[in-house]
Amino acid sequence: MDPYILKTLNEERRARRAAVLVTDLGDGRDRIVREGDHVASDLGAAIANAFRTGNSRSVEAEGRTFFLNAHLPRPRLVVIGAVHISQALAPMARIAGYPVEIIDPRTAFATPERFPDVALHAEWPEDVLKRAPLDSYTALAAVTHDPKIDDFALKAALDARCFYVGALGSRKTHAKRIERLLALGAGADQIARIHAPIGLNIGAASPAEIAVAVLAQAIHAFRSRGKAKGAVA
Amino acid sequence: MDESIYLDEARDPLIIAEGWLKDGKDVAIATVVETWGSAPRPVGSHLVIDAEGNFHGSVSGGCVEGAVVTEAMDVIGSGKARMLEFGVADETAWQVGLSCGGRIKVYVERLG
Repeated sequence: MDPYILKTLNEERRARRAAVLVTDLGDGRDRIVREGDHVASDLGAAIANAFRTGNSRSVEAEGRTFFLNAHLPRPRLVVIGAVHISQALAPMARIAGYPVEIIDPRTAFATPERFPDVALHAEWPEDVLKRAPLDSYTALAAVTHDPKIDDFALKAALDARCFYVGALGSRKTHAKRIERLLALGAGADQIARIHAPIGLNIGAASPAEIAVAVLAQAIHAFRSRGKAKGAVA
Repeated sequence: MDESIYLDEARDPLIIAEGWLKDGKDVAIATVVETWGSAPRPVGSHLVIDAEGNFHGSVSGGCVEGAVVTEAMDVIGSGKARMLEFGVADETAWQVGLSCGGRIKVYVERLG
Protein backbone atom coordinates (compact mmCIF):
# COMPACT_ATOMS: atom_id res chain seq x y z
CA MET A 1 0.00 0.00 0.00
CA ASP A 2 1.17 3.48 -0.85
CA PRO A 3 1.89 5.44 2.38
CA TYR A 4 0.28 8.56 0.92
CA ILE A 5 -2.87 6.56 0.14
CA LEU A 6 -2.96 5.30 3.74
CA LYS A 7 -2.54 8.82 5.10
CA THR A 8 -5.32 10.13 2.86
CA LEU A 9 -7.60 7.23 3.75
CA ASN A 10 -7.09 7.85 7.47
CA GLU A 11 -7.85 11.56 6.99
CA GLU A 12 -11.14 10.67 5.32
CA ARG A 13 -12.03 8.20 8.05
CA ARG A 14 -11.19 10.69 10.83
CA ALA A 15 -13.43 13.28 9.18
CA ARG A 16 -16.35 10.81 8.91
CA ARG A 17 -16.26 10.86 5.11
CA ALA A 18 -16.91 7.66 3.15
CA ALA A 19 -14.12 6.23 0.99
CA VAL A 20 -13.50 3.02 -0.92
CA LEU A 21 -9.93 1.78 -1.17
CA VAL A 22 -9.47 -0.01 -4.50
CA THR A 23 -6.54 -2.44 -4.62
CA ASP A 24 -5.48 -4.25 -7.79
CA LEU A 25 -4.65 -7.68 -6.40
CA GLY A 26 -2.50 -8.42 -9.46
CA ASP A 27 0.06 -5.65 -9.11
CA GLY A 28 -0.78 -4.26 -5.66
CA ARG A 29 -1.56 -0.74 -6.88
CA ASP A 30 -4.19 1.08 -4.89
CA ARG A 31 -6.27 4.22 -5.06
CA ILE A 32 -8.96 5.98 -3.08
CA VAL A 33 -12.41 6.68 -4.46
CA ARG A 34 -14.60 9.20 -2.63
CA GLU A 35 -18.36 9.17 -2.63
CA GLY A 36 -19.58 10.94 -5.77
CA ASP A 37 -16.33 10.39 -7.74
CA HIS A 38 -17.05 9.04 -11.19
CA VAL A 39 -15.56 5.63 -12.01
CA ALA A 40 -16.47 4.14 -15.39
CA SER A 41 -17.83 0.71 -16.31
CA ASP A 42 -18.26 -2.42 -14.20
CA LEU A 43 -15.76 -1.33 -11.58
CA GLY A 44 -17.72 1.88 -11.09
CA ALA A 45 -20.94 -0.07 -10.52
CA ALA A 46 -19.22 -2.31 -7.96
CA ILE A 47 -17.79 0.75 -6.17
CA ALA A 48 -21.23 2.39 -6.08
CA ASN A 49 -22.57 -0.80 -4.52
CA ALA A 50 -19.80 -0.74 -1.90
CA PHE A 51 -20.75 2.82 -0.92
CA ARG A 52 -24.41 1.87 -0.68
CA THR A 53 -24.06 -1.35 1.30
CA GLY A 54 -20.81 -0.76 3.15
CA ASN A 55 -19.76 -4.29 2.14
CA SER A 56 -16.14 -4.89 1.14
CA ARG A 57 -15.44 -7.52 -1.53
CA SER A 58 -13.28 -8.71 -4.40
CA VAL A 59 -14.54 -8.04 -7.92
CA GLU A 60 -13.49 -8.99 -11.43
CA ALA A 61 -13.40 -6.07 -13.85
CA GLU A 62 -11.44 -5.19 -16.97
CA GLY A 63 -9.85 -8.63 -16.82
CA ARG A 64 -8.32 -7.93 -13.41
CA THR A 65 -9.20 -8.67 -9.80
CA PHE A 66 -9.76 -5.73 -7.52
CA PHE A 67 -10.40 -5.66 -3.81
CA LEU A 68 -12.82 -2.95 -2.72
CA ASN A 69 -12.56 -2.04 0.94
CA ALA A 70 -15.52 0.12 1.91
CA HIS A 71 -14.79 2.55 4.73
CA LEU A 72 -18.12 4.06 5.72
CA PRO A 73 -18.55 6.26 8.78
CA ARG A 74 -20.77 4.74 11.41
CA PRO A 75 -24.33 6.01 10.95
CA ARG A 76 -25.75 7.79 13.96
CA LEU A 77 -28.95 9.45 15.09
CA VAL A 78 -29.23 12.92 16.60
CA VAL A 79 -32.53 13.63 18.33
CA ILE A 80 -33.60 17.20 19.07
CA GLY A 81 -35.83 16.96 22.11
CA ALA A 82 -35.50 15.01 25.35
CA VAL A 83 -39.15 13.98 25.24
CA HIS A 84 -41.13 10.80 25.82
CA ILE A 85 -40.59 9.57 22.23
CA SER A 86 -36.83 10.03 22.65
CA GLN A 87 -36.81 7.93 25.81
CA ALA A 88 -38.04 4.97 23.74
CA LEU A 89 -36.10 5.88 20.60
CA ALA A 90 -32.66 6.05 22.23
CA PRO A 91 -32.41 2.42 23.41
CA MET A 92 -34.13 1.06 20.28
CA ALA A 93 -31.76 2.90 17.95
CA ARG A 94 -28.74 1.80 19.95
CA ILE A 95 -29.81 -1.85 19.70
CA ALA A 96 -30.27 -1.42 15.95
CA GLY A 97 -26.66 -0.21 15.71
CA TYR A 98 -27.20 3.55 15.50
CA PRO A 99 -25.55 5.44 18.38
CA VAL A 100 -27.78 8.24 19.63
CA GLU A 101 -27.22 11.78 20.87
CA ILE A 102 -30.01 13.80 22.39
CA ILE A 103 -30.02 17.59 22.46
CA ASP A 104 -32.50 19.69 24.42
CA PRO A 105 -31.74 23.00 26.18
CA ARG A 106 -34.67 22.49 28.59
CA THR A 107 -32.89 21.16 31.65
CA ALA A 108 -36.12 19.84 33.12
CA PHE A 109 -36.37 17.44 30.16
CA ALA A 110 -32.71 16.65 29.55
CA THR A 111 -31.87 14.84 32.77
CA PRO A 112 -29.67 11.76 33.18
CA GLU A 113 -32.45 10.17 35.24
CA ARG A 114 -34.78 10.26 32.25
CA PHE A 115 -32.01 9.22 29.85
CA PRO A 116 -29.62 6.75 31.46
CA ASP A 117 -26.72 5.60 29.25
CA VAL A 118 -27.42 8.14 26.49
CA ALA A 119 -25.17 10.93 25.22
CA LEU A 120 -27.30 13.84 26.41
CA HIS A 121 -26.68 17.56 25.87
CA ALA A 122 -28.75 20.00 27.95
CA GLU A 123 -27.79 22.80 25.57
CA TRP A 124 -29.06 24.63 22.50
CA PRO A 125 -28.54 22.73 19.22
CA GLU A 126 -26.61 25.77 17.92
CA ASP A 127 -23.91 25.17 20.54
CA VAL A 128 -23.71 21.38 20.32
CA LEU A 129 -23.68 21.26 16.51
CA LYS A 130 -20.86 23.80 16.40
CA ARG A 131 -18.70 21.33 18.37
CA ALA A 132 -19.92 18.14 16.68
CA PRO A 133 -21.26 19.03 13.21
CA LEU A 134 -23.88 16.97 11.42
CA ASP A 135 -22.85 15.04 8.31
CA SER A 136 -24.30 12.82 5.61
CA TYR A 137 -23.95 9.73 7.85
CA THR A 138 -26.14 11.31 10.51
CA ALA A 139 -29.91 11.11 10.84
CA LEU A 140 -31.72 13.95 12.58
CA ALA A 141 -35.13 13.73 14.21
CA ALA A 142 -36.60 16.94 15.60
CA VAL A 143 -39.33 16.13 18.10
CA THR A 144 -39.66 19.07 20.51
CA HIS A 145 -42.62 20.78 18.76
CA ASP A 146 -40.84 24.04 19.61
CA PRO A 147 -39.60 26.06 16.59
CA LYS A 148 -37.05 27.87 18.76
CA ILE A 149 -35.32 24.52 19.36
CA ASP A 150 -36.14 22.51 16.23
CA ASP A 151 -35.75 24.98 13.36
CA PHE A 152 -32.04 25.70 13.56
CA ALA A 153 -31.23 21.98 13.79
CA LEU A 154 -33.49 21.14 10.83
CA LYS A 155 -31.83 23.77 8.65
CA ALA A 156 -28.40 22.52 9.74
CA ALA A 157 -29.39 18.92 8.93
CA LEU A 158 -30.54 19.89 5.43
CA ASP A 159 -27.33 21.86 4.81
CA ALA A 160 -25.18 18.94 6.05
CA ARG A 161 -27.10 16.53 3.78
CA CYS A 162 -28.08 14.27 6.67
CA PHE A 163 -29.26 10.94 5.26
CA TYR A 164 -32.52 11.35 7.16
CA VAL A 165 -34.34 14.44 8.40
CA GLY A 166 -37.62 14.00 10.24
CA ALA A 167 -39.78 16.51 12.09
CA LEU A 168 -42.65 15.84 14.47
CA GLY A 169 -45.90 17.67 13.93
CA SER A 170 -49.12 17.62 11.93
CA ARG A 171 -49.35 18.70 8.30
CA LYS A 172 -50.64 22.08 9.49
CA THR A 173 -47.66 22.48 11.84
CA HIS A 174 -45.34 21.46 9.02
CA ALA A 175 -46.84 24.01 6.62
CA LYS A 176 -45.92 26.78 9.06
CA ARG A 177 -42.50 25.20 9.55
CA ILE A 178 -41.89 25.27 5.80
CA GLU A 179 -42.50 29.02 5.77
CA ARG A 180 -40.03 29.54 8.59
CA LEU A 181 -37.37 27.35 6.93
CA LEU A 182 -37.81 29.22 3.64
CA ALA A 183 -37.25 32.43 5.59
CA LEU A 184 -34.06 30.89 7.01
CA GLY A 185 -32.85 30.38 3.44
CA ALA A 186 -33.67 26.70 2.87
CA GLY A 187 -34.47 25.74 -0.72
CA ALA A 188 -37.68 23.99 -1.76
CA ASP A 189 -35.72 20.87 -2.81
CA GLN A 190 -34.11 20.77 0.61
CA ILE A 191 -37.43 21.13 2.40
CA ALA A 192 -38.86 18.29 0.32
CA ARG A 193 -36.36 15.99 2.02
CA ILE A 194 -37.97 16.47 5.44
CA HIS A 195 -40.11 13.57 6.58
CA ALA A 196 -43.15 15.22 8.14
CA PRO A 197 -45.35 14.05 9.70
CA ILE A 198 -42.46 12.00 11.09
CA GLY A 199 -42.20 8.20 10.91
CA LEU A 200 -43.42 5.43 8.63
CA ASN A 201 -47.19 5.23 8.53
CA ILE A 202 -47.80 2.23 10.78
CA GLY A 203 -50.63 3.83 12.70
CA ALA A 204 -48.36 4.51 15.65
CA ALA A 205 -50.33 5.72 18.68
CA SER A 206 -48.04 5.72 21.72
CA PRO A 207 -44.66 7.48 22.08
CA ALA A 208 -42.88 4.11 21.88
CA GLU A 209 -44.75 3.17 18.70
CA ILE A 210 -43.85 6.53 17.16
CA ALA A 211 -40.23 5.75 18.06
CA VAL A 212 -40.49 2.48 16.10
CA ALA A 213 -41.92 4.37 13.12
CA VAL A 214 -39.13 6.96 13.24
CA LEU A 215 -36.35 4.39 13.59
CA ALA A 216 -37.75 2.28 10.74
CA GLN A 217 -37.98 5.35 8.52
CA ALA A 218 -34.39 6.37 9.34
CA ILE A 219 -33.09 2.85 8.63
CA HIS A 220 -34.97 2.78 5.35
CA ALA A 221 -33.45 6.11 4.38
CA PHE A 222 -29.98 4.80 5.21
CA ARG A 223 -30.38 1.55 3.30
CA SER A 224 -31.87 3.29 0.25
CA ARG A 225 -29.03 5.80 -0.14
CA GLY A 226 -27.98 6.06 -3.77
CA LYS A 227 -31.00 4.11 -5.03
CA ALA A 228 -33.65 5.50 -7.35
CA LYS A 229 -35.92 8.08 -5.76
CA GLY A 230 -38.95 5.80 -5.96
CA ALA A 231 -37.30 3.41 -3.52
CA VAL A 232 -37.34 6.00 -0.74
CA ALA A 233 -40.54 6.24 1.25
CA MET B 1 -21.02 -2.92 21.64
CA ASP B 2 -18.75 -0.22 20.24
CA GLU B 3 -20.66 3.01 20.73
CA SER B 4 -18.21 5.54 19.33
CA ILE B 5 -19.00 7.35 16.11
CA TYR B 6 -15.36 8.39 15.80
CA LEU B 7 -12.27 6.26 15.19
CA ASP B 8 -10.77 4.54 18.18
CA GLU B 9 -7.32 5.90 17.32
CA ALA B 10 -5.47 3.88 19.96
CA ARG B 11 -6.78 0.59 18.56
CA ASP B 12 -7.42 1.27 14.89
CA PRO B 13 -4.97 -0.84 12.82
CA LEU B 14 -4.70 1.61 9.90
CA ILE B 15 -4.05 4.56 12.23
CA ILE B 16 -1.41 2.49 14.05
CA ALA B 17 0.22 1.49 10.74
CA GLU B 18 0.48 5.15 9.73
CA GLY B 19 2.06 5.99 13.09
CA TRP B 20 4.57 3.14 12.84
CA LEU B 21 5.65 4.28 9.39
CA LYS B 22 6.10 7.82 10.70
CA ASP B 23 8.33 6.37 13.43
CA GLY B 24 10.54 4.87 10.73
CA LYS B 25 9.35 1.28 11.13
CA ASP B 26 8.83 -1.21 8.32
CA VAL B 27 5.18 -2.21 8.18
CA ALA B 28 2.99 -4.81 6.48
CA ILE B 29 -0.79 -4.68 6.19
CA ALA B 30 -2.86 -7.88 6.05
CA THR B 31 -6.46 -7.66 4.83
CA VAL B 32 -9.25 -10.25 4.72
CA VAL B 33 -10.29 -10.14 1.06
CA GLU B 34 -12.63 -13.13 0.91
CA THR B 35 -14.46 -15.43 3.31
CA TRP B 36 -16.42 -18.63 2.83
CA GLY B 37 -18.77 -20.14 5.35
CA SER B 38 -18.58 -18.91 8.89
CA ALA B 39 -15.55 -16.66 9.30
CA PRO B 40 -14.68 -14.92 12.55
CA ARG B 41 -13.82 -11.53 11.03
CA PRO B 42 -15.58 -9.83 8.11
CA VAL B 43 -14.06 -9.05 4.71
CA GLY B 44 -12.04 -5.84 4.96
CA SER B 45 -10.64 -6.54 8.45
CA HIS B 46 -6.99 -5.66 8.99
CA LEU B 47 -3.98 -6.93 10.87
CA VAL B 48 -0.93 -4.66 10.78
CA ILE B 49 2.55 -5.99 11.51
CA ASP B 50 5.97 -4.42 11.99
CA ALA B 51 9.39 -5.95 11.25
CA GLU B 52 9.81 -7.00 14.90
CA GLY B 53 6.59 -9.01 14.78
CA ASN B 54 4.48 -6.55 16.76
CA PHE B 55 0.90 -6.54 15.52
CA HIS B 56 -2.47 -4.86 15.97
CA GLY B 57 -5.94 -5.71 14.74
CA SER B 58 -7.31 -9.08 13.70
CA VAL B 59 -8.05 -11.14 10.60
CA SER B 60 -9.46 -14.22 12.32
CA GLY B 61 -10.02 -13.51 15.99
CA GLY B 62 -6.78 -15.29 16.90
CA CYS B 63 -6.87 -18.53 14.86
CA VAL B 64 -4.29 -17.72 12.19
CA GLU B 65 -2.67 -14.46 13.31
CA GLY B 66 0.61 -16.21 14.18
CA ALA B 67 1.00 -17.55 10.65
CA VAL B 68 0.04 -14.21 9.09
CA VAL B 69 2.66 -12.40 11.21
CA THR B 70 5.37 -14.84 10.04
CA GLU B 71 4.37 -14.37 6.39
CA ALA B 72 4.15 -10.60 6.87
CA MET B 73 7.74 -10.43 8.05
CA ASP B 74 8.82 -12.14 4.80
CA VAL B 75 6.70 -9.67 2.83
CA ILE B 76 8.38 -6.76 4.64
CA GLY B 77 11.75 -8.23 3.63
CA SER B 78 10.94 -8.95 0.00
CA GLY B 79 8.43 -6.18 -0.73
CA LYS B 80 6.36 -8.72 -2.66
CA ALA B 81 2.69 -9.02 -1.70
CA ARG B 82 1.25 -12.48 -0.96
CA MET B 83 -2.18 -14.04 -0.91
CA LEU B 84 -2.73 -16.50 1.95
CA GLU B 85 -5.60 -18.92 2.36
CA PHE B 86 -6.68 -20.55 5.58
CA GLY B 87 -9.34 -23.09 6.34
CA VAL B 88 -9.91 -26.44 7.98
CA ALA B 89 -10.18 -28.07 4.55
CA ASP B 90 -6.78 -26.80 3.53
CA GLU B 91 -4.49 -28.89 5.69
CA THR B 92 -1.73 -29.34 3.16
CA ALA B 93 -0.85 -25.71 2.70
CA TRP B 94 -1.09 -24.53 6.27
CA GLN B 95 -0.63 -26.05 9.67
CA VAL B 96 -3.08 -23.64 11.22
CA GLY B 97 -6.80 -23.50 10.60
CA LEU B 98 -10.05 -21.92 11.59
CA SER B 99 -11.87 -23.82 14.30
CA CYS B 100 -15.21 -22.45 13.09
CA GLY B 101 -15.01 -24.40 9.83
CA GLY B 102 -14.87 -21.38 7.52
CA ARG B 103 -12.22 -20.33 5.07
CA ILE B 104 -10.55 -16.98 4.60
CA LYS B 105 -8.25 -15.38 2.06
CA VAL B 106 -5.79 -12.80 3.41
CA TYR B 107 -3.82 -10.37 1.27
CA VAL B 108 -0.52 -9.30 2.81
CA GLU B 109 1.33 -6.28 1.41
CA ARG B 110 4.15 -4.03 2.50
CA LEU B 111 3.39 -0.42 3.33
CA GLY B 112 5.53 1.68 1.00
